[in-house]
Amino acid sequence: MTPAPLVALVGNPNAGKSALFNALTGARQKVGNYPGVTVERHSGRLVLPDGRPAELVDLPGTYSLDPSSPDEAVTRDVVTGRGGFERVPDVLVVVVDAANLDNHLRFALQLIALGRPTVVALNMVDLAERDGLTLDADTLTRELGVPVVPTVAVRRRGLAELGAAVENASRSPQPRQAPPGRREAFDDGVALDPATSNEPPARRPGDGDLAALQRRARAIARAATTAETPARRWGQALDAAALHPVVGPILLAALMFVMFQAVFSWSEAPIGWIEAGFTWVEQAVSATLPDTWLRGLVTQGLIAGVGAVVVFLPQILILFLFILVLEASGYMVRAAFLMDRMMARVGLSGRAFIPLLSSFACAVPGIMATRTISDEKDRLTTILIAPLMTCSARLPVYTIIIGAFIPARDVAPGVGLQGLVLFGLYVLGIAGAFAAALLLRRTVTRGASSGFMMEMPKYQLPRLSDLGIGLWTRAAVFLKRAGTTIALTTVVLWVLLSYPKPPEGSAVSPVDYSVAGRIANGLEVAVRPIGFNRDIALALIPAMAAREVAVAAIGTVYAIDDPEAEGGQRALTDRLRSRWSLPTALAFLMWFVWAPQCISTIAVTRRETNGWRWPLFMVGYLFACAYVMAGITYWAAVALGL
Amino acid sequence: MEMAPIRAPAQTLDRLPRRQTATVSAIDWARLAEPEARRLRELGVDEGVDVEVLHRAGWGGGGPVACRVGRMTVALRRAVAGAIHVTDAA
Repeated sequence: MTPAPLVALVGNPNAGKSALFNALTGARQKVGNYPGVTVERHSGRLVLPDGRPAELVDLPGTYSLDPSSPDEAVTRDVVTGRGGFERVPDVLVVVVDAANLDNHLRFALQLIALGRPTVVALNMVDLAERDGLTLDADTLTRELGVPVVPTVAVRRRGLAELGAAVENASRSPQPRQAPPGRREAFDDGVALDPATSNEPPARRPGDGDLAALQRRARAIARAATTAETPARRWGQALDAAALHPVVGPILLAALMFVMFQAVFSWSEAPIGWIEAGFTWVEQAVSATLPDTWLRGLVTQGLIAGVGAVVVFLPQILILFLFILVLEASGYMVRAAFLMDRMMARVGLSGRAFIPLLSSFACAVPGIMATRTISDEKDRLTTILIAPLMTCSARLPVYTIIIGAFIPARDVAPGVGLQGLVLFGLYVLGIAGAFAAALLLRRTVTRGASSGFMMEMPKYQLPRLSDLGIGLWTRAAVFLKRAGTTIALTTVVLWVLLSYPKPPEGSAVSPVDYSVAGRIANGLEVAVRPIGFNRDIALALIPAMAAREVAVAAIGTVYAIDDPEAEGGQRALTDRLRSRWSLPTALAFLMWFVWAPQCISTIAVTRRETNGWRWPLFMVGYLFACAYVMAGITYWAAVALGL
Repeated sequence: MEMAPIRAPAQTLDRLPRRQTATVSAIDWARLAEPEARRLRELGVDEGVDVEVLHRAGWGGGGPVACRVGRMTVALRRAVAGAIHVTDAA
């Protein structure tokens, strides 16, 4: 039997490709990696109208077959059958934005010229109509020489017709005949280039093709447009505020502030439910298992450890929800526009804003998102500072320490002191990142700035199901981590903390007597100058695996030290208060602003920079900063008598 | 001696007043880095295209500009906009 046909979705950025992919595959999606290259491969199962299954891949969006980033190179290699890491697609589905045919048809023409079975999805026809454009799909079909299907991915319109067209195309494996007029685009370009070009010799071979294709695309778009009223751009009214020199930055700052306040206030109730759930499980296990080492391992190690981390799922999802909404609505590029000038001052571009904002959720996708930055030096600098953006894994650490040491009172109506301190920590990370970028750009990553040039997508109401799929993917990744890496780390830590047991009647506490306690007591010598105690020294080691384990580790330490006390976050807070001074707590927070990053971040940096040089540099400079800054905080707080 | 511009440009895109439609008359490709020039073409900025400045980021100049190009909105830095010569739309 022949394998299921491979159908590739390809098109310009902002053509609505991902929405179409979601609409066609639903939840039947897989996110993987292209072998050898670190570009995410999104694939899913598509059922053709005749019942045959097909595999659908969503290729990275690009403007042409002339790539300027690793993402775009994957698209070129797949559609041209180079690279060898993907089957040659049986059918190309070229997604074009109906409201932007001038631009999107140029790439469509390039793709059609490859001669593979091709179907064009004329997407977002509803938005084009709202913009005052009436298009004739039949004219397009005739001019392009391939079937053109009008679709509205977000309303699931035209999906059946698209499926039928794909099925038809998959049945005709022979290369199609070149449609009349298509060759002209190229002949025209070649003829035109030396003769009529006014440009200086900077114009390179191939540019003429692009210009000629562009002209042909415009001509086809004009022919297919049956009515065009001046665009009623309702988005412009929004942009008038969002991009206003004064109002825009205020809106952006307000939005960020609301986002971080929401992370705290919206999560209270769900956190309560999760805590109650884990307490119930712990009690049920305690009641069932006999009082042996196994009960200790399961309750104090596994349940307490994993519970201490899973409790933060609501906060992480709220943060991701905001980022997904900003991305899907089209606001993210506006934020990049507003931030470009500031980023330019430290030698970066506004483009770095998107990976950096994603790093607030997690540095791993953030660092992977730097692939859209074409300049190597720019990209490297962004990677090196990405871990300074406070990732969601640091939230558990911040939350527990702030909850224990910062009084819960309002400094202004609706503005809590705890939220304000959290906001301050985020700001500190950003300031640190900018300072680091400034220094790096003058030293190790010196070079000219790559500039900032981006298309601003239309504003769109994010679709609930797309948000749902996005959140579900993140939740699954987080829970998988909690169930594997974090569970394993907490269990290993519990064992190291519990054995060997001190002899009966010994004055030494069980933790001090254990293997981990002895290691920590040695390490404490190194961290005592910056105000850290043994418990913190102990927590820092497993925190390298995943930062959020720091909380679980401290929780486990106290659970073993005092097995009689009740568990849960409230009890942990009380114990922190009795054992840590305020300067120690502040130094600990400061340490995590610069925090030595987790293993996953180091691994992804190694992959993205092709070697150990830059990840080692990153770890080194961040460790040094963390140590010095935590020390300064501790001694300043002590001097102030806090 | 420097060559005079091909068509005497009325002005450049970075100085075009907001909300005034103009036509791109010439692009000083030599002033642009190669990837910049290519991306500019890919975004559809070329001779003969109508453009309009929609927004400028930051006050006092220096920030990027957002322009309408055809039916797209494109954000560019000032320096790039300065290489794009425009004349009043017919």
